Amino acid sequence: MTNVTQPTLGRTVVLSLILATAWLLWSGLYKPLLLSLGLVSCAITVVVIRRMKFFDDELYSLHFSWRLVRFWGWLGKEIWLSSIEVAKIVLHPKCPISPRTVELHTNADDNFTQLLLGNSITLTPGTLTLDVHEGKLTVHTLTDAGAKALLSGEMAAKVNHVTGVKACSQ
Amino acid sequence: MMNLALDTLSWILLLTGSVFVIIGGIGALRMPDLYTRMHAASVTESLAPILILSGLILQANFGLYAVKLSAILLFLLLSGPAASNALASAALLSGHGMRSQDTKDSA
Repeated sequence: MTNVTQPTLGRTVVLSLILATAWLLWSGLYKPLLLSLGLVSCAITVVVIRRMKFFDDELYSLHFSWRLVRFWGWLGKEIWLSSIEVAKIVLHPKCPISPRTVELHTNADDNFTQLLLGNSITLTPGTLTLDVHEGKLTVHTLTDAGAKALLSGEMAAKVNHVTGVKACSQ
Repeated sequence: MMNLALDTLSWILLLTGSVFVIIGGIGALRMPDLYTRMHAASVTESLAPILILSGLILQANFGLYAVKLSAILLFLLLSGPAASNALASAALLSGHGMRSQDTKDSA
């Protein structure tokens, strides 16, 4: 076995508790067979995750906070607004699309912030992340206006705020 | 009275969600190429599940089913973009071209 450092041990315990709670909530059955199956599943998951060195990674760094809740609220509003935009285009007799591919640079150098930004962009209808590579995101947008809104950098700023990246101007 | 209000709100959410699913379907048929079709389909993938599952959560009276439905919503919203990204970059890597006027822009 590799030597266990203190934070890794703590995270293992937290993850085991989360997994056990999830199993109990999902099944809602408390028979010995199901409980032991749950125990084995949780143990295998924890072992596999530790072998993947998941705990040593920065991926684990987003903590649940009010900042995150506010970000979800803002993202929900963005999804609603852009869904209506896309719906209008779809139902318009002429289908007025103007597809563009834009490159977006983020000043965040950690993988997690880039992942969150890429996924937030994809989740918003009308913009689709094609590729993320070392701070450069290639994004396909349905309309010219969507590309301009993206390049204004509002979403990147919000994502940086959530993960705590210092927003320095370039 | 409270029940009626919850029921009404829940049905509004369910019906609005269904309308967006249909719009996404129409869009996927009308758009010219793969990438623009994915834009239309993403309405079905992001807004529609939020509305429909919220409506269902209101029907579940905030019990254990509500917890399970929230978990389904969370996992859908986390895995959806990953799947879209995998599809789009696979299409791009295999050389699937984009139709219509494309201009590259940088910021």
